[in-house]
Parts: sequence; C-alpha cells; structure tokens
Amino acid sequence: MSKKSTVKSRERIIAARNKSIVGDTLSSAIKLNGISKSFGHVHANKDIDLDVKKGTIHGIIGENGAGKSTLMSILYGFYQADSGTIEIGGEVQKIKDSQAAIKAGIGMVHQHFMLVENFTVLENIILGAEGGSILNKATNNAREELARLEKEYALEVDPNAVIEDLPVGLQQRVEILKALYRGAEILILDEPTGVLTPAEADHLFRILGQLKDQGKTIVMITHKLREIMAITDDVSVMRRGKIVATRKTADTNVEELAELMVGRSVLLNVEKKKSKVGDVKLSIENLTVKDSRGVIMVDNVSLKVHAGEIVGIAGVAGNGQSELLKVISGISKAKSGRVILDGKPIGVMGKADPRKLRERGLAHVPEDRHHMGLVLPFEESENSILGYQNNTEYLNGPFLNMDAIRADADEKIEQYDIRPPSSKLKTANFSGGNQQKIVLAREMERDPVVLIIGQPTRGVDVGAIEFIHKRIIEMRDAGKAILLVSVELDEIRSLADRVLVMFAGRIVGERDPSASEGELGLLMAGIEDKPVDDDVIEAKTLENGETKK
Amino acid sequence: MDLSTVLQILDSTVRLSTPLLLAALAGLYSERAGVFDIGLEGKMLGGAFGAAAAAAVFGSAWAGLLAGIGVALAMSLVHAFASITAKGNQIVSGVSINFIAAGLTVLLGQTWFNRGGRTPQLSSDERFSSITLPGVELVADIPFFGPVYRELISGHNLLVYVAFLMVPITWWIIFKTRFGLRLRAVGENPAAVDTAGISVVWARYRAVMICGILCGVAGTYLSIGLSAGFAQNMTAGKGFIALAALIFAKWKPLNVMWTCLLFGFLDAVAIRLQGVSVPGIGTVPVELMQALPYILTVVLLAGFIGKAIPPKAGGVPYSKER
Repeated sequence: MSKKSTVKSRERIIAARNKSIVGDTLSSAIKLNGISKSFGHVHANKDIDLDVKKGTIHGIIGENGAGKSTLMSILYGFYQADSGTIEIGGEVQKIKDSQAAIKAGIGMVHQHFMLVENFTVLENIILGAEGGSILNKATNNAREELARLEKEYALEVDPNAVIEDLPVGLQQRVEILKALYRGAEILILDEPTGVLTPAEADHLFRILGQLKDQGKTIVMITHKLREIMAITDDVSVMRRGKIVATRKTADTNVEELAELMVGRSVLLNVEKKKSKVGDVKLSIENLTVKDSRGVIMVDNVSLKVHAGEIVGIAGVAGNGQSELLKVISGISKAKSGRVILDGKPIGVMGKADPRKLRERGLAHVPEDRHHMGLVLPFEESENSILGYQNNTEYLNGPFLNMDAIRADADEKIEQYDIRPPSSKLKTANFSGGNQQKIVLAREMERDPVVLIIGQPTRGVDVGAIEFIHKRIIEMRDAGKAILLVSVELDEIRSLADRVLVMFAGRIVGERDPSASEGELGLLMAGIEDKPVDDDVIEAKTLENGETKK
Repeated sequence: MDLSTVLQILDSTVRLSTPLLLAALAGLYSERAGVFDIGLEGKMLGGAFGAAAAAAVFGSAWAGLLAGIGVALAMSLVHAFASITAKGNQIVSGVSINFIAAGLTVLLGQTWFNRGGRTPQLSSDERFSSITLPGVELVADIPFFGPVYRELISGHNLLVYVAFLMVPITWWIIFKTRFGLRLRAVGENPAAVDTAGISVVWARYRAVMICGILCGVAGTYLSIGLSAGFAQNMTAGKGFIALAALIFAKWKPLNVMWTCLLFGFLDAVAIRLQGVSVPGIGTVPVELMQALPYILTVVLLAGFIGKAIPPKAGGVPYSKER
C-alpha cells in the first residue's frame, strides 16, 4: 500500500470520527452487560459486555460460529438471553420479541433477507407496520413516507417492483428502508456484503456513511477484515462466544484483528511457487446451458485447464458458475458445446454419468456441501467414501466392508486434521470447516486428474481456510488440473494462476491474479472497458487504500 | 336441448358446486397461510354430522349451522395444534382427521339415533329451504332473463348465496386487508413476518380457524341444505375434489369459483345423462359418468393448467431455531 493512500484513508476515518464527536459521542446507543446464552451444552455467548456509541459504525468481527449472529439475535429479540441486561439509549430494556426491539428503535438487516419474494417492495415495507386494517389507505400513506425516506437517504427503489425481480443489492436496500420506515435509530447489519459485488458493497458503505452522518448508529457483523477497516469507527472481536477485544479501528490493523479472531497468527497470503503448466486436461468448448425455464445460464463458454495450474472463476453468485460446475461434473445436461476430459469428450448433452466421470479421474468438490457433498445424518466414515462405495477396496462381496471403510476414514481424519477425530460421529455434528475437510479429503485422496472445486471455504473458519488453501496448492504442485469457482475474490486472487470472470453466463474477461480488485470488480459487475466514472474512482481509492497491508 | 333443460343443468351445477366452493375457499385460507389441509373432507363430514344431529335434536336449522361450524372448527383446531404448535406433519394430521371423522360420525350417529349411522329425517323447518328472491313475478314475462332469474338465480337456500358471496369477500380479505397481507406473508416466508414483530403462530391459527368455519358451513349445506339428514360418508370425496379445485385455481379466489363451477357442472351432466341413450354410443354407463369429474381432475392437473406454484412455506412448520 502506498503511503499516500494510507494517509488519505486515515484522514477519512479521522474526519468521520470528528463528526461523531461533534454529535454525541459520550452516550451509548447500545450497552450490553454480561449477556450469556447457551443452546444445550453449547455456550453461544459467554458474559458479553459491549458498548456501542451513538452515531458510530461499530463492527463485530469473528469466525463462523463465534457467536456474532446469536448476539445480534438476542439484541433483536429473536432469542432471549439466559442472563445479562440490555440498555438501549441509557435505559435497561427487556427485549422479549422482535416487536419490542422495533419499538426500541432497532432495525435489522439479516444475512438472508427477510423479504416475501412475490410481494412488491411496498408490501414488504409495510408488512407488520401497515397502519390500518384496510390496506388502501395505509399503502397511500406508506408510499408518501417511502418517497420521503428515499429522498432523504438517496435510497431509490420502485415501490411497485416485485422483490424476486430485483437484484440483490436493491433487495438489501429494501431491507434497509424497511428498518428506516419503522423509525429505526440503530441499524444492525448481519454479513451485509456476502451477496454483493465490490461495487455494490461500496455503494452500501456510502449509504451507511450517510446514515451515520444523519445520526444513526450502525452495528455491522462481518468476517471480512477489509470491511471492518474500510468503514467502522470501532471494532469488537468475538471468539468462541466471547468478546476478546474492542479497538478503535484507527488504532488497529488487519494482522492484529486476524490474530485476535483465531487466537494465533495466521497466514493471510497463500505462499505458492510459480506453476509448472503441463498439457490440457480439461477443455470446455462453446458450452451453453439452459435451465428448466429455458433461460440461458451458461452462454457459449470456452476455457482450458492445464495440468499443474489453478484456473479461478470469479463472479457474483448466480452468474452461471453453479450451472457450469454441474455440467462438467455430469450432474446436469448442456444445451450445446463440448467438455473434453483428459483427451476424451464427456457426453454433456445427456450421456454424462457422474460415476463414470469419477472413474475417469474427475473429482468434484461441490459448492453446497450440505445438499450435494454430504449426507448429514450419515456417519463420517460413510460420507468419506460416498460416491466411491463401489470401489473394490470398500466391498466384501455384495456388502460394504465396514472395517476397511473405517480404517480409510481414520487415515483421512489424521491427514486432514478433521476434528473431532471420530469416524463414527454423525456428519451433522461436525463444524462447517470440518465438514468441508471431509469432502476435500474424499475427493483429493482419489489422485484425480482434474479437480473441480466450488466455494472451497464457504462457511469455513479462518484456521480451516488456511489449511484448505494449502492443500489446494499442494494438489496443483502435484500436477493436477484445478478449476476453482469462488465468490470470494480474495480467495481467487490468492490461489489462482489465471482468473476468469463470469457475468450473466459469459466469461467476460481473463486477468492475471495480480490485477487490482477494482478492475476485477468492474468485470464482475459486467462493466467491460467502459470509461471510469467518479464513483468507481472513489471505490478504487477506498479499496487500494484500505485492503492491502 | 331447450332452455329449460339447460337451466335445469345449470341450476344443479350451482347446487352441486356450492359445497366444493365453500370447502375450496376454506382450504384457500389455510394453504395461503402455509398450512396444507388434506382434512377438508373430514371437517366437512364432521360439520355435516354435527349440523344434522343438532337440527334434529333442537329442531332448528340455525342450531344445525351453529353445531356444524362448531364441530368443524374444533377439528380445525386439532389440525392447527398438531401442525402449528406441535410442528407435526400436516399431511399425517389431515389424514387422521379424515379417518376420525369417517369413523366417529357413524359411531356417534348409531349410538345417539340408532338408524345405522343416519340421523333422523329432517322436516323442512329444520332445514335451510329455498329462498325466492324478490321480483321473480315481476320479471317472469321477460324472455330469457325471466326464466334465468327464476330458475337459476332465485330459489336456492341461504348457504348457496353465502358461498358465492364469500368469493369476492375472500378476494378482498386476502388481497386488500392487513390480515390478508400477513396471511399471505406467513405462507410465503414466515421468517419475514416473525422479524417484522408479528406472531406467525397466531396468524396461522386464525387462517386455519377460518378454514374450519367454512368447512362447517360446507358440511351443514350438505346435510341440512342439499339433503334432509346425515348419511354415512355423505361427503364422498368432495373435500378432495375441493382440494384439487384449489390447486387447479392456483390458490386464487375467483379461479376457485370457476373451477368449482366446472366440477359441479360435470357432476350435474353426469346425473342428467344417467340412463340416457346418446346417439351413436348407446347408454352411457353410470359409472363412467360418475368418474368423469375425477378423470378430468387428473387430466387437468397432469398438465393442462400450467405450473401451479403453491405458497412457498406451505407444509413446513415454522421454527425460528437455526
């Protein structure tokens, strides 16, 4: 990072802070005292004290399962704390349900939007705050109020649009409007950027900044360090149900926060040597895929993956990556085009059989381990051979050779450090990171020719991410051809040797992984070689200034 | 075929589609709120029995209506408890309600009235009898409109008018009121309703209770409107046909009316054609005619109506725990 941009970003933060000092810095918007909550034997939150100052943006960062969402759910009345008190604006409040939270001026933007998809924007906004038992009059009032809010906060959205027709960025805007419509003074955002493009995320941050300027208090939960650095005033780090530290954002840095999150120092950049590229192992030619409604999901995609390289496909979720993976792995059919695996075509128009493809050396780590990768009620050992159960080493005549399966599973548990180390445990009882390791161990230990991986670290904690990234690089160095799909741009940039960007079903560009985030972000938003406007420049400075260390 | 034959068929279409319409609208409330209800049949049967029994004992059609609604409402509360509060499987609960109704009505009927499961024959005072609308005489001489008004529009009992009036009322409630907005929302995404600070449980309970009330009216119509007493299994699958009509109508009130009228019309034609010799075919077997509505349902549902998308959260009990 250049010195100039550091100074710039610091200035921004300081300017923002001064603004809030002018406001009412000393008084607390939210004060939590000794909040604890357990589910059965699991302590989700342990003795939490938190002080969020009025008119600031307060970040809460932690790994998955650290208890961030539970804490916010308690604040929003979704759960009841076992002990502890909540003060809102200096008064102790009993928040027994969401209604009480709304009354106390708290609005929440959930990670998975709480919107009724086939309702209009207006219907979603008034739901629960209709203002009368007959809708006509209520909707007219709501429309006026909405117009006022839109103007005040520059949050334009067509009130008559149906939610499912809107892009996610706008859906999120509706969620924010919903909270403002209810007169929220405190806004809680749970992982707000998970589904957004970098440009959309920057737009969101601008909106949040504006809300702060108007005196609103914002609590943002995230596991992305760069977001914390970019917009928060204060940051609290959670680990295993506890708040382990609270810092002024300006006084801390990414390394310190990462260390606090996992309790040890982590490698944030993947170390890798230059790749030794071999022959083409996977070749996709003019592949087009339509979904059941006949909509084109993958549009004339061509790409090649060589032995010993990782080709990363970046893009916002829902731009055809899932469909592409499904066709390559033989799960669904293509409309036209060819996929050539190790020199021989696979029948993408209908004859492909996932099992035959496996036998030919294609390993697939599916995007969604819960739906496609694992049978959660099964034992770990059963999942660790799923799909390979017909291999002779696991069979004893027509029966499964459970001893061999167990021994095999135990070996993988050892190698991949799967915890708890029990092959008899139900898979559902493992954490997300360990479940992912079960899938990876199964697919990687087959010595495949081609490895296709979707979202390798979705819902996986930082410690496991590091391990998974290392393994993927090891596979590459062992000469495997790897196709990697991820919505985490950082992941693609640190792992891939070549980056392809997918937008609206097409590959819109190929870049070197060292290309700037802003450049890739533009491609991800479908903007190709267009003149750069002011917004984008601002977004870029923000990123360049505060993401790299 | 002359006008009077046509009118007769249409007249019985209205009579026969009324119980379907009431039951399908009942199902609409419940299913729009996300509670699937396969027990429309059982609730209707229970309501029919309750109405006939009370009408016989108290000698009043109104007492019958009250009892019919009461019985069906109680049964709907059982379904509500099982599928909303206890988060059980809605299909299992619905099926059990059907079985309980089929068995209990006969058992209680035999115990109380000793007529092989039937209730006593009701006199016309104890039934809902036909109402002659005002002005029938006045317009009698107007060609076409006169007979249509006399035969088709006038001359039904109160519950028929209630059923058809419920169509626009239901539309208005579902689409134009706060209650309806929340009802549709709990059927689509209960979590959104919960986070908006509204009770999902209470919204669903209310919808299921309305369903019970309408099923009760449907049953009452069958036993003391259309017939003069309760007979064993007198619903004869009407609850299931109503369910089919509801899906066929894609859970929309006005469409529900048209599909119920269609099924009622098929029924009316079937009755009319029994024993009649059709040129070129000969006598149409009674069984075939009786099966026609069901065959049509299967054929229509199998692919002639396009995709019927049910409420997204339908059949899924809501729990906020993750």
